Amino acid sequence: MEQQANNNCKSTTTGGTLEIASDLYCQAYRLMLTARLLEEKLAALKRSGKIVGGVFLGRGQEALSVALGIHLRKGDIYAPLIRDQAGRLAFGEGMLDALRTYLGSALGSMRGRDGNIHRGRPREGYFAMISHLGAMVSAVCGALIARRFRGETSIVGATCIGDGGTSTGSFHEGLNLAAIEKLPLVVVVANNQYAYSTPNSSQFACHHLVDRAIGYGITGHRVIGNDLADCLKVLQKAVAAARTGGGPQLVVADLLRLIGHADHDDASYITEAQKQSPLGRDCLILAQNTILEKRWMSQEELDLWQKEIEVEIEATTTRVLREPAPDPEEELWIPFATSHIHSES
Amino acid sequence: MTSITYLEAIRAAQAHALKEDSRVFIYGQDVGAFGGAFKATKNLAKEFPGRVMDSPISEDAMIGMAIGAAIEGMRPIVEMQFADFSTCGLNQIANHAATLFYRTEVPCPLVVRLPSGGTSGGGPFHSQSLEAIYAYFPGLVVMTPGTVEDAYTMLLEAINIDDPVIFCEHKFLYYHLKAESLPTTALPANKARVTRPGRDATIVTYSAMLHESLAAAAELSQDGYEIEVVDLRSVKPLDTDTILASVARTGRLLVVSEAFPWGGVAAEVIARVTAEGFGLLDAPPQRLNAKDTPVPYHPALWGTHRPTASTIASALHRLLKL
Ligand SMILES: Cc1ncc(C[n+]2csc(CCOP(=O)(O)OP(=O)(O)O)c2C)c(N)n1
Ligand SMILES: [Mg+2]
Repeated sequence: MEQQANNNCKSTTTGGTLEIASDLYCQAYRLMLTARLLEEKLAALKRSGKIVGGVFLGRGQEALSVALGIHLRKGDIYAPLIRDQAGRLAFGEGMLDALRTYLGSALGSMRGRDGNIHRGRPREGYFAMISHLGAMVSAVCGALIARRFRGETSIVGATCIGDGGTSTGSFHEGLNLAAIEKLPLVVVVANNQYAYSTPNSSQFACHHLVDRAIGYGITGHRVIGNDLADCLKVLQKAVAAARTGGGPQLVVADLLRLIGHADHDDASYITEAQKQSPLGRDCLILAQNTILEKRWMSQEELDLWQKEIEVEIEATTTRVLREPAPDPEEELWIPFATSHIHSES
Repeated sequence: MTSITYLEAIRAAQAHALKEDSRVFIYGQDVGAFGGAFKATKNLAKEFPGRVMDSPISEDAMIGMAIGAAIEGMRPIVEMQFADFSTCGLNQIANHAATLFYRTEVPCPLVVRLPSGGTSGGGPFHSQSLEAIYAYFPGLVVMTPGTVEDAYTMLLEAINIDDPVIFCEHKFLYYHLKAESLPTTALPANKARVTRPGRDATIVTYSAMLHESLAAAAELSQDGYEIEVVDLRSVKPLDTDTILASVARTGRLLVVSEAFPWGGVAAEVIARVTAEGFGLLDAPPQRLNAKDTPVPYHPALWGTHRPTASTIASALHRLLKL
């Protein structure tokens, strides 16, 4: 199902009738389950005082997140945001990096210098977000322009953002730049109806965020954010379109975050009606039901997966908890990469 | 004999870098076919097709784009149309570019060129000197060249440095300041230079104020005073050693800066000299900044708002009597 959004604008699309292969679906489910269980572990580690600072969870958003990560390849650029544990795993981040960063291990990619979701390996195309919402959009554009200079084709840059983040100037400037340069950029907006406690009604006044695509002159896609099949279909289409010269793609998902903004927040502002609506359904349970209904896997097989994941999480946590913390005495306290520049006392 | 201006030196440095290093590209408003608001990129788009790119009026995204490109191994030069507009890109500079290496161990080699400082008629939004804002943030190098030669060699060094460099080039010097030829040797950007040796007092200054200070020093030499003038060249890193060595010779310090007074480069220099060289001082260190108001438009007001050779000379006379 493709809709012409407006006369001289690019089209707005939805998932449509594209079929998703069962093995891709099950692979995505496993990553979602891993993200869910890993995040539950992170929440427990926070409660027991092992994690310092915020813990930001993506409960309810795993289907959307994984659907982007799973369609990216090695060599692509990926700049995830706060609720993208599933996408990070799909892009190839092991749970070791996540646990090391949350637990402040000196051996992690951030070495205690940054924490929680502010992690990545930029040299491997896996950008480390800064907190300032919207800032990653133009950074991914820059990476894509660098690749264009080098003559690389068939690559994609992708980043994620929430409904609240779409109100920043940075988001607008980045998307506009991408549109001008016709970059292979995919921006996935998780509209979980709230930015912290702020509802959509105080965030934007357009009918639907996907309509913004028209203003930028790029393609917009709508997706049902808790429906794994729809997420996989739409993201497959959007990523493929970007990869094959279709220019920037704006994907907007409607969903609900099934947990507070961070560990301290009980999300009491989310209404009962929203929780009971289709938006409030848990993508992980829906996906599991689908797998069982279609008999792609049995309950026993799914239980075995869960066991395997839990074992890996426990083993990795135990390992990371034994790792050294950063040592302030050994820390160089130098913010510069250039050797003669930091000779200043 | 031909001569080259400060502005031409900046253009020449960019042309050289584009020629020598395929990782270099330029991004900014009107920098392409038009050659930039000040013509600092004149003809470069033609000479280096595809590598001098016009940007939308999106300072945040311009810097963000440069950061992403730098991560991927490029050496972007971003031209801000005026330094004043760089505040719209402050977040990407201060929170993204400046923190990247410390956080991730991935260098962020980009240069942001800021056409800085006052010119007659510039007014509040086309005149500011913002070096202190950028120097505040760990991870940024801030260069403030005051000569044609430095404009050339320091811009080349800025492009080669693996860190984000805020390159504050002074608009007042663009056309006025001339040299006979481009230099073939360079003092590293992190070193200050004793431009004029002296005995009775030290002026520490940089950028366009170097020339006002040299004029004031010349004026005082007629009264028999020998004023030493130290050109910081870069405000971050700050070459405290050269400053202290000069104060050790003269015992008196005046810091001159065109920027607003509150918490700026002049305050930092005085704090360091007071903390590390208190015993070298024969008199309380002094500073002369622009006034603590927005930069006024009218030439009569502007000429009084910023330090000039004559107000610097008066400040020196006061300092010598302290
Ligand atoms: C520019 C900026 N302003 C404020 C914040 C503080 N902040 C962090 S998350 C958040 C809410 C984000 O909401 P949304 O973009 O909808 O993402 P969600 O948390 O719902 O996934 C805010 C206000 C920030 N990180 N960046
Ligand atoms: Mg939200």
